[in-house]
Amino acid sequence: MSTTTTRKRKQEAVRQTRAARPKKIKSKDSWSIGDRIGVGLAWFFGLMLCLVAAAITLYMAWKGVSFVNWEIISTSPEASLEQSKTGGFLDPIIGTVLLTVIGAAIATPIGVAIAIWLTEYGRPAPLARFVEAGIEVIVGAPSIVLAIFGLLVFQQGFLSPFSFTAEGGAVFGRSFFAAGAVMSLIALPFVVGGTREALNSIPRHVREASYALGKDQASTIRRVLLPSSRSGIATGSTLGMAQIAGDTAVVVVLLGASLQISPEGDIPGLDVLKGTGSTLTSFVFQNSPAGEGNAPDKAYAAAFVLLLLVILLNLIVNLVTRKGKQVWG
Amino acid sequence: MGVRPDHQQPEVASNGTLPHAVPPLRRIVVGGEVPPIRVGDEYGNGSSAQVPEQPAPVPEDQFGPEWYHECMRTESLSISFGEKVAVKEVSLQVNAGQVLALIGPSGCGKTTLLRSMNKLVDLTPTARRTGRILLDGENIDLFDDTQLRKRVGMLFQQPNPFPMSIFDNIAYGLRERGSKRPRKKVLEPIVVDALKRAGLWDEVGDNLDHPALSLSGGQQQRLCIARSLAVTPEVLLLDEPCSALDPISTAIIEETVVQLKDDMAIVIVTHNLQQAARVADQVAFMYLGDLVEYGSADQIFNDPMAERTKDYVRGDFG
Repeated sequence: MSTTTTRKRKQEAVRQTRAARPKKIKSKDSWSIGDRIGVGLAWFFGLMLCLVAAAITLYMAWKGVSFVNWEIISTSPEASLEQSKTGGFLDPIIGTVLLTVIGAAIATPIGVAIAIWLTEYGRPAPLARFVEAGIEVIVGAPSIVLAIFGLLVFQQGFLSPFSFTAEGGAVFGRSFFAAGAVMSLIALPFVVGGTREALNSIPRHVREASYALGKDQASTIRRVLLPSSRSGIATGSTLGMAQIAGDTAVVVVLLGASLQISPEGDIPGLDVLKGTGSTLTSFVFQNSPAGEGNAPDKAYAAAFVLLLLVILLNLIVNLVTRKGKQVWG
Repeated sequence: MGVRPDHQQPEVASNGTLPHAVPPLRRIVVGGEVPPIRVGDEYGNGSSAQVPEQPAPVPEDQFGPEWYHECMRTESLSISFGEKVAVKEVSLQVNAGQVLALIGPSGCGKTTLLRSMNKLVDLTPTARRTGRILLDGENIDLFDDTQLRKRVGMLFQQPNPFPMSIFDNIAYGLRERGSKRPRKKVLEPIVVDALKRAGLWDEVGDNLDHPALSLSGGQQQRLCIARSLAVTPEVLLLDEPCSALDPISTAIIEETVVQLKDDMAIVIVTHNLQQAARVADQVAFMYLGDLVEYGSADQIFNDPMAERTKDYVRGDFG
């Protein structure tokens, strides 16, 4: 019957494979055509991505290097009808750095606190899920939406000390502080993610070892878990900084369009935070053919500097993650 | 049976308590007035009443070396995780100056039993514990968790030094609330002593500032021992402390354990019967949550009472 024939056929197949065994078979020889195509596509798209990344970097480098010079990065932008007198982009560079630092300085402690609560406490569970969902919403929200929301908040009268205020008392809601605060929302998910990942990678027995020495949860977090998560926290906030440096919408809406840093108020230091300015992203936008400035060479130069900055931040991330690995068995 | 031959069998009153001519003074007679430990009775070949006989009440300083006083005891201890019962009605005692080995196949509840002794089990939200655990005659539920754990130290399966210097690892348990106080000068003698007792001083004495995670696995585990010793525990719980280590490190740890038992009670969970035979004075065999047999190492390995124990120590299952 058919069962016997199938069995015979199977036995035959087994015999054949046994006979064939001494010959070394490459595992790929048995791959079906579909698998081969799949692997081929995986290779193709992987290499394509590398090509695109290389193209962006090389094109920006080629365009950028020809326009970047010491003068352009060391002079402030000026409004002028004559293109040669519009100056460089020192202020946008300072603006980018300032905004990145403000954003990370706000996001890091808050993000670490959220991550600690989620991983080490996380109860009641529905609340923890709600918090996670909140982070997802922030991750998913387009930054222009966050920017408009930030404007709404910082235009409230009671927040007037934090932003630029007009003569009549109208609160503009635009300042380095306002932009930095909203930017911290953009960096926050990265800090939370990096810290959580680090905390989750600490085995439970390490926490228990601390408890077993008569320590409570607070000292365990402060003395064991946080020091062990340093590299994760650093990675998260550096990634967040790269996001901040690259964001345009928040800058345009919340920092204003003044190309120069214009301090507001009379307390030195704080006046800059309260004032408006620009960043590399808004400078690129202004000077691109789409913006008012229409000086593509300056846009290229600024974009190149911005790209270098972000690549540098990513390099730092790589260094930190490679160096800061704690290993428990 | 689990009785020291030099102790005579106590008579058991019908209510299961040991008769006393004079009510013992609790402070002096440690472990008086306790129900007998049942041994192997569900297999029909054990008998009751295996509490080592109490000598007449004597002042503590007269305890001779041949008599071990009780340090910790569990009384009808049951632990369950949700529906699953991990430890069933276990009563046993841990003596100061002795090593008690908990043996048994995987999943028999020995680690759970061990972790209940410093209330680490309570960290699992689903865990429920009934029965009593006594430390020096006092119910451990009356202690603050942190106080209890300073008196009952623990060593884990994986070496787990904290990501700080060797010195700070050992000083960690002594410092309050994670502050840097007391200062290094004050703590130094304690740290050095702990390292010496854990047999690590000769290897790391010159570089106490080095990160602890750069040590080898065996050194890390001895560092963890030193870390526990620094808080001067009365009981040290070891949860398969050598399962992640090579044979040489294992031998060093075992040697250390045997040396340490003079100062404290030690409970060791192990899969390794040879290890239990090498280090243990008392052995408790657990199977599926039950304490099947509890007695001296010599008796358990050479003359086990229960069939299960016999099969297990012979290597028929496990």
